Amino acid sequence: MPRYPLKTAARHGLWSCHGCSLLCRLPAAAQQAAWHCPRCGAALHPRKPHSLQYAWAFLIAAVICYIPANLMPIMLTEMLSGTQRDTIMSGVVYLWQGGSWPLALVVFIASVLVPLLKILSMLLLLLTVHWRSRWAPRQRTRLYRLLEVVGPWSMLDIYVVGLLVALVQLQSLATIKAGPGAIAFGAVVVLTMLSAMHFDPRLIWDVFEDDDE
Amino acid sequence: MMMNSSVPLADASVLACHECDLLQTAPAHAAHGVCCARCGCRLLPGPGYQPATSLALVVAGLLVFVLANVFPVVGLEAGGVRTATTLLGTAWQLSQQQMQPVALLVLLTGVLLPGLELLCLLYLLLPLSLGRAPRGFAAVMRLVRILHPWGMVEVFLLGVLVSLVKLAHMAAVHPGIGLWSFFALILLLAGSASRFDAGLLWERYQACRATR
Repeated sequence: MPRYPLKTAARHGLWSCHGCSLLCRLPAAAQQAAWHCPRCGAALHPRKPHSLQYAWAFLIAAVICYIPANLMPIMLTEMLSGTQRDTIMSGVVYLWQGGSWPLALVVFIASVLVPLLKILSMLLLLLTVHWRSRWAPRQRTRLYRLLEVVGPWSMLDIYVVGLLVALVQLQSLATIKAGPGAIAFGAVVVLTMLSAMHFDPRLIWDVFEDDDE
Repeated sequence: MMMNSSVPLADASVLACHECDLLQTAPAHAAHGVCCARCGCRLLPGPGYQPATSLALVVAGLLVFVLANVFPVVGLEAGGVRTATTLLGTAWQLSQQQMQPVALLVLLTGVLLPGLELLCLLYLLLPLSLGRAPRGFAAVMRLVRILHPWGMVEVFLLGVLVSLVKLAHMAAVHPGIGLWSFFALILLLAGSASRFDAGLLWERYQACRATR
């Protein structure tokens, strides 16, 4: 098992400001009081306050919204031949059968895979921190970094639906309307992003120090 | 400044990682591109940072931003009927269909938040590159930090491309000036985001204040 003998800034009485990243030395015996950054005036905390509670709350809300987001139609196409209801997955299948498989792949990754992997990754991060796991901290930090990068990409289908709605208003041919699934899907995107933002990756590493005490 | 202020650490070569909080010292003469020894997070930015070049990117970004939102992104022609839309038009149509939450999401992530971020950056960089300290620097810096993850212009562009292909079998599709403007906007935004470094801007701000 790898050992990490170096100590964190917090253990040295140094807190970095969440507002401007200035590293501040706190006077001794004052670790619990409300301190402010001398440079930007933001309140100082050793870690993001209530990080896990917020991250869990947003993640659970995202999981709840994930169900209607995938089951309800996000797009209703009204044609002379009748109304076609498209869920996210049926949109991907439609593209695939239409022969544009590279596009189907892009939509599948952005709209199905990314939200699902985001939820599962946040679950993994939160549970391992909760259980004080010492497993693969570097890989978990990297996973968190990846989560922040891919976060916005699941908005793709919302934009596609919006554009189709605005463009296809050809009375004689077809009308496209956004379905209730679009609201739920938008909520999933926002909630998973909020959950990742409130998570503090430094919690992954804190267990190594606490156990050395 | 404040009653219970803590003390800033004098030694600038001591760094705390943002992602694992490991305290470490930067190697001597290594002012650029230092990564965390434990988790690999980047601690110091690469060389070549100048507020003036960032300013140029931001000003160009604002101009292109206006073009991207004024001119239509895509046009559609079928059966003698022509339609064209901008990003704002997309949000408007969605709100007309009782989809206000989705319309608001499109409006915020596509137009308002990226635009506000560009304006904030202009407000910070213009005085700093002239050697002046802008008022309310800390508040605007905090705003930029909050706004940044919510700008999704590049996702919108991919959305346009997907829509183009989806519509191509249905009608004649015409890419508009807005589409090319969005391409340019993404490049400019990426350039300014990769140069943005809060620590360096703070140092510059403090230097400007001290010599006022």
